[in-house]
Amino acid sequence: MTTYVIRGSRPLAGSNVDIVISDGVISAMGTDLVVPADATEISAHDHIALPGLVDLHTHLREPGREDAETVRSGSQAAAAGGYTAVCAMANTNPVADTAGTVEQVWRLGQQAGLVHVQPIGAVTTGLEGTQLAELGAMADSAACVRIFSDDGKCVHDAVLMRRALEYVKAFDGVIAQHAQEPRLTEDAQMNESALSGVLGLRGWPAVAEEAIIARDVLLADHVGSRLHVCHVSTAGSVEIIRWAKSRGIDVTAEVTPHHLLLTEELVRSYNPIYKVNPPLRSERDVHALREALADGTIDVVATDHAPHPAEDKDCEWAQAAMGMVGLETAVGVVAEAMISTGLMDWAGVAQRMSVQPAVIGRLAGQGRPLAVGEPANITLINTDVPHLVEPRALRSASRNTPYAGRSLPVSVWTTFYQGELTLNEGVLVSQANQAGGSA
Amino acid sequence: MNRHLLSAADLNHDDALLVLDTAAELAALTDRAVKKLPTLRGRTVVNLFYEDSTRTRISFEAAAKRLSADVINFSAKGSSVSKGESLKDTALTLEAMGADAVVIRHPASGAPDRLAHSGWIGGSVVNAGDGTHEHPTQALLDAFTMRQHLAGGKGDLAGRKVTIVGDVLHSRVARSNVLLLATLGAEVTLVAPPTLLPFGVETWPCSFSFDLDSHLTSADAVMMLRVQRERMNAAFFPTSREYSRRYGLDVRRMNLLPDHAIVMHPGPMNRGMEIAADVADSERSVIVEQVTNGVNVRMAVLYLLLAGAQLGEPDGSDRTAEGTAS
Repeated sequence: MTTYVIRGSRPLAGSNVDIVISDGVISAMGTDLVVPADATEISAHDHIALPGLVDLHTHLREPGREDAETVRSGSQAAAAGGYTAVCAMANTNPVADTAGTVEQVWRLGQQAGLVHVQPIGAVTTGLEGTQLAELGAMADSAACVRIFSDDGKCVHDAVLMRRALEYVKAFDGVIAQHAQEPRLTEDAQMNESALSGVLGLRGWPAVAEEAIIARDVLLADHVGSRLHVCHVSTAGSVEIIRWAKSRGIDVTAEVTPHHLLLTEELVRSYNPIYKVNPPLRSERDVHALREALADGTIDVVATDHAPHPAEDKDCEWAQAAMGMVGLETAVGVVAEAMISTGLMDWAGVAQRMSVQPAVIGRLAGQGRPLAVGEPANITLINTDVPHLVEPRALRSASRNTPYAGRSLPVSVWTTFYQGELTLNEGVLVSQANQAGGSA
Repeated sequence: MNRHLLSAADLNHDDALLVLDTAAELAALTDRAVKKLPTLRGRTVVNLFYEDSTRTRISFEAAAKRLSADVINFSAKGSSVSKGESLKDTALTLEAMGADAVVIRHPASGAPDRLAHSGWIGGSVVNAGDGTHEHPTQALLDAFTMRQHLAGGKGDLAGRKVTIVGDVLHSRVARSNVLLLATLGAEVTLVAPPTLLPFGVETWPCSFSFDLDSHLTSADAVMMLRVQRERMNAAFFPTSREYSRRYGLDVRRMNLLPDHAIVMHPGPMNRGMEIAADVADSERSVIVEQVTNGVNVRMAVLYLLLAGAQLGEPDGSDRTAEGTAS
């Protein structure tokens, strides 16, 4: 393995140090280090060094929708976004509800070799919400699944949710709930508000999210299980989670970058690039989410990276698919929403985008401190170069970003995954094993 | 006037009066033996209809033909659209054929906005009804009809009281009427069961009520909206009989209206549901007149968009800043 020395970066925005990487681990840190003569120099003066980012919520679309994304293209997008681990959601085709499918995704991730691809298993067979999938088999498989989610659909049956929460205790699993009461959101198109009334678009009321979260935290409390709430989007949800945590309930929660920055006002254009589930909410919700992320009520930022081919967005609002790509813009958006506003510092970003997601997902070797002996999963952020978002420049196989033409305040500059460069000065490093694998 | 007519909110007070006055002039001109004017000769108007709506399509077709435009009717049924062609590809085809105006009826709210602002076509777009959003030419013909009866056929509708009754939640007619009537100075009251009023209706430029009787005695016009019987299956109201009893316009209620008040309905009617047959056929009913006025108002809209040449629409495409939290 190559030996690297990163010159002059600032771990968690602290003081400038050099970091030596050899054999996949951080072998030395400090100033005036004795560096091996064959070490490759990475010039990183004043760049912020973070532990490699971990995404708890990524849609890689493979198997089934390789036109939208593959494990390889999604891994490239992840590396470009500063990620060293992504958790692949189960709503593929076939659904990741068996040991065979999660092992397939896991293996494709290993072959791509750019990030750790951790499959998430479905809670119910076929995401149909009627019968538990073989959760234990997925946990015991080579993919070592610990997170289970029917994301895209809500586990709305209260008994099934209770059983799932109980069952995964046997292998330290967690249920990641997509909180959406289905009857309250039939054919819902946007946040239910005065604006939805004016635009004539069917509303997705906040209560449909909050009612499920309230039920689930009470269930988790009752059976003593671990609950994770996906993509929290409303001020009311924040209040419920804050209350649950104050009661000692074992609940964690995530927020997406887009819910930290964008509001429903964008829907006025009827441009489906802004169509997402849960929908963009009000400015009041955005501010509540930012505060909750800053004070720890919301534990992590997760992208809900949802690639869609152009034709699924270049159409009428009602026909369009829901979702936005997010891996490559997450850090920039969080910097704009949280750092530029003074709500959080880079140490906070490390907590919310690396340390906590790794803990929740039980990902060994991820989200570790930048310290000697630790795995060399490192992300370097260049705060001097803004990221002008150009959809065609995205490494994802899809272009459905809501930030086209926008300038985000920082750029992801360099990413190390297990001691190897995956992104160097904003350019993906072509890996030897990229030649093989799936096309 | 803007280049497109997508929402009744696109019309300011002057624009709205210009359309109504133009419609009145055109009505006088075409009230002769020869109904045809040469104004839009050589221009192409496409009626792009993704929903069955014979009356609206025929109205636009008659309007365009009376202005001597070439009219192409493009119906979703029996065309490439039913084979899965996207709105985008259909639009590109129409653009290649040189459509000067596209009149679009579509089940998806906002489809006319997409057509107008996605760079697919260069011509004018007229919204002929989109989903549960708007139907601005219906509001214009309603305002025209009210002006004939309540304002001597000229000026605006300042101070006139209009009661709009029924399924406001799913009604594009109600949305456009509220906006246009507010622009014209009328005082609008929406009456419906609470389940059929949209979330946030208190922010609309009108008042609202759950009781019909109390909003009839001082009304100058009452407009009944179509209510689909199937709505009761989604629990919007218990039964069609209960709906009729509480919100239907029967003869007893009609007799509460002042003598000069008119009864309107955008059609098609559910006789016996929202309106009793005796009311629909009464002397107060101006429902057939609304249809006639529809042609004149649509002539005015096409004339002003295509021949009026007061272009220079404020560009609505850059909305990035609006939806970003500060």
